[in-house]
Amino acid sequence: MSMADDDIRPALAERVDDIAVTDDVEVFEVTGLAVRYDEVTAISEVDLTICEREITAFIGPSGCGKSTVLRCFNRMNDLIDSAHVEGSVLYHGVDLYDPRVDPVVVRRRIGMVFQKPNPFPKSIYDNIAYGPRIAGIKADLDGIVEQSLTRAGLWDEAKDRLRTSALGLSGGQQQRLCIARAIAVSPDVLLMDEPCSSLDPIATGRIEELMREIKNDYTIIIVTHNMQQAARVSDRTAFFTAEVHGPTGQRRGRLVEFDNTGTIFSNPADERTEAYITGRFG
Amino acid sequence: MPPFAAETLLHDRDRRGVATDRAFRSVSVVAGFSVLALLGLILVSTTNAAWPAFSAQGLRFFTSTTWDVPKGEFGALAFAYGTLIVSVIALVLAVPVSIGISLYITEVAPPRLRKPVIYTIDLLATIPSVVYGLWGVRVFAPWIDPRYESIAGWFDSIPVLNTVFNGRPISGVSFMTAGIIVAIMITPIITSLTREVLTTVPSSLKQGAYAIGATRWEMIRGAVLPHSRGGITAAVMIGLGRAMGETIAVALVIGSSSVVSARLFNPGDAMAAVIANQFGESTGDYRAALIGLGVVLFFITFFINSLARVWITRGRRRAGIL
Ligand SMILES: Nc1ncnc2c1ncn2[C@@H]1O[C@H](COP(=O)(O)OP(=O)(O)OP(=O)(O)O)[C@@H](O)[C@H]1O
Ligand SMILES: [Mg+2]
Repeated sequence: MSMADDDIRPALAERVDDIAVTDDVEVFEVTGLAVRYDEVTAISEVDLTICEREITAFIGPSGCGKSTVLRCFNRMNDLIDSAHVEGSVLYHGVDLYDPRVDPVVVRRRIGMVFQKPNPFPKSIYDNIAYGPRIAGIKADLDGIVEQSLTRAGLWDEAKDRLRTSALGLSGGQQQRLCIARAIAVSPDVLLMDEPCSSLDPIATGRIEELMREIKNDYTIIIVTHNMQQAARVSDRTAFFTAEVHGPTGQRRGRLVEFDNTGTIFSNPADERTEAYITGRFG
Repeated sequence: MPPFAAETLLHDRDRRGVATDRAFRSVSVVAGFSVLALLGLILVSTTNAAWPAFSAQGLRFFTSTTWDVPKGEFGALAFAYGTLIVSVIALVLAVPVSIGISLYITEVAPPRLRKPVIYTIDLLATIPSVVYGLWGVRVFAPWIDPRYESIAGWFDSIPVLNTVFNGRPISGVSFMTAGIIVAIMITPIITSLTREVLTTVPSSLKQGAYAIGATRWEMIRGAVLPHSRGGITAAVMIGLGRAMGETIAVALVIGSSSVVSARLFNPGDAMAAVIANQFGESTGDYRAALIGLGVVLFFITFFINSLARVWITRGRRRAGIL
């Protein structure tokens, strides 16, 4: 028995909320997704369904393509010249990669929080107001700023310094600011790529708490290397891995297993998942 | 392994590293101070050489617009004004174009087009200013002259503007022509510096803007420009320094007339150009007065540069970059 195994089950047991697999509305329907960077296929054959108001966690070893898949949900791969996406990503039934789809509009509906906090070199207020402003919202910016910061759990710390530079905040505060900035445009989905990897346990706890709070309004996909975190917050978990593919010896990412978080962590169907979550990987 | 001897941590003053370190320190201190000393010496010797003019003219040297060599009346104001007007015209024209080109290179142009554009711009920066001046006076001024006439025509009935853009007889060699030529000269410099500043914008910042649904222009406004504001200001100030100090090109195209005039299409003169045009034939107080122009130019550039420094530092502190 490894350490990891001892850690995850209590994390599952201690969950403050129930794992809520609603099967309500499908937000994303991914079929046959493959992404290549020029000649190298990073990941292929991904089929996934993401449901509304659930938290889906992506776990897996480094380099297996979690971030790559995540970037397909808001067309961020468009910004990488070498990236080519194949397959289909339906968002409420519309293929995001349909040529008629405007990526700018997509990203207003589907927000993203990055691994490293990336506040703009502007005031805290202007950071939050940036999204609403470019979306053409002029009314009650003050209210939007307050509400977003409150939801991100930063209002009390920031309310007296809204006009000061966001770069003066601590790393954890900056990350909560980035979450506030993402939710200020009232997106439908929030994509989070290792949002807590540079944060201490307390700041991490706050962000997890925040995710649980906002999950009633948002669909969240979170990439995490912290399996306890996946067990604590997510409703469903997707386990990816990278395997040597074909005679070239190139490693290519695969979706191994996608299921209810409880099942993935206590009774996974695939032995590779079992090996990974119990720390016997590789 | 022998037990660790704590004494080895104590400063060993004979170690070679320590000696090199000291030598390096003294060399850099000397180098640093020699720059200051040189600056001080230039200031002292020029002020000294200009002193006869300063003492003979008194405050009039700075407040009078009369520059009458036979009468021995020397007032620098008209030329200081000319320098400022030419620099302002040059900046107004060059800054937007330079920022536009740098944004094009860093954010818009397809990667394979970037290198050639950068090379071309850098090449323009290496052309000697006398070439720009000759082109300005032989080709550009005759070509632009009739165009000034028609522009003046548009503003005929608009108050203020009919002074600024009129003042017949209009001349191809004028403040405006000097400003345009200087703008062409400083555009490559400001572009190069601005481009370098823009490439330092972290891609995480740009992705952050795109991820909220910014278009390219909104991303530039939200992420690129706020991050680069200080650097762009510095680039503009270096351009301004060049514009104010530009001598030979301005001397060729400004028309050499010592008037304080708001009429941009009329000939005027600027400090550096006056010095270049008149220094050879000058003697005595006349020469002292020309050197005095140099001292004034020195102080104006110094003042503007210091102002820029303060401004950049304040801007950075406000953005929290420092
Ligand atoms: N911009 C890029 N250009 C070329 N290859 C890339 C690029 N981004 C990612 N890759 C490759 O795609 C594969 C998957 O990368 P990705 O970043 O999606 O992995 P990941 O699962 O998010 O890893 P990590 O857990 O370390 O963040 C890797 O082999 C990586 O080298
Ligand atoms: Mg990643």
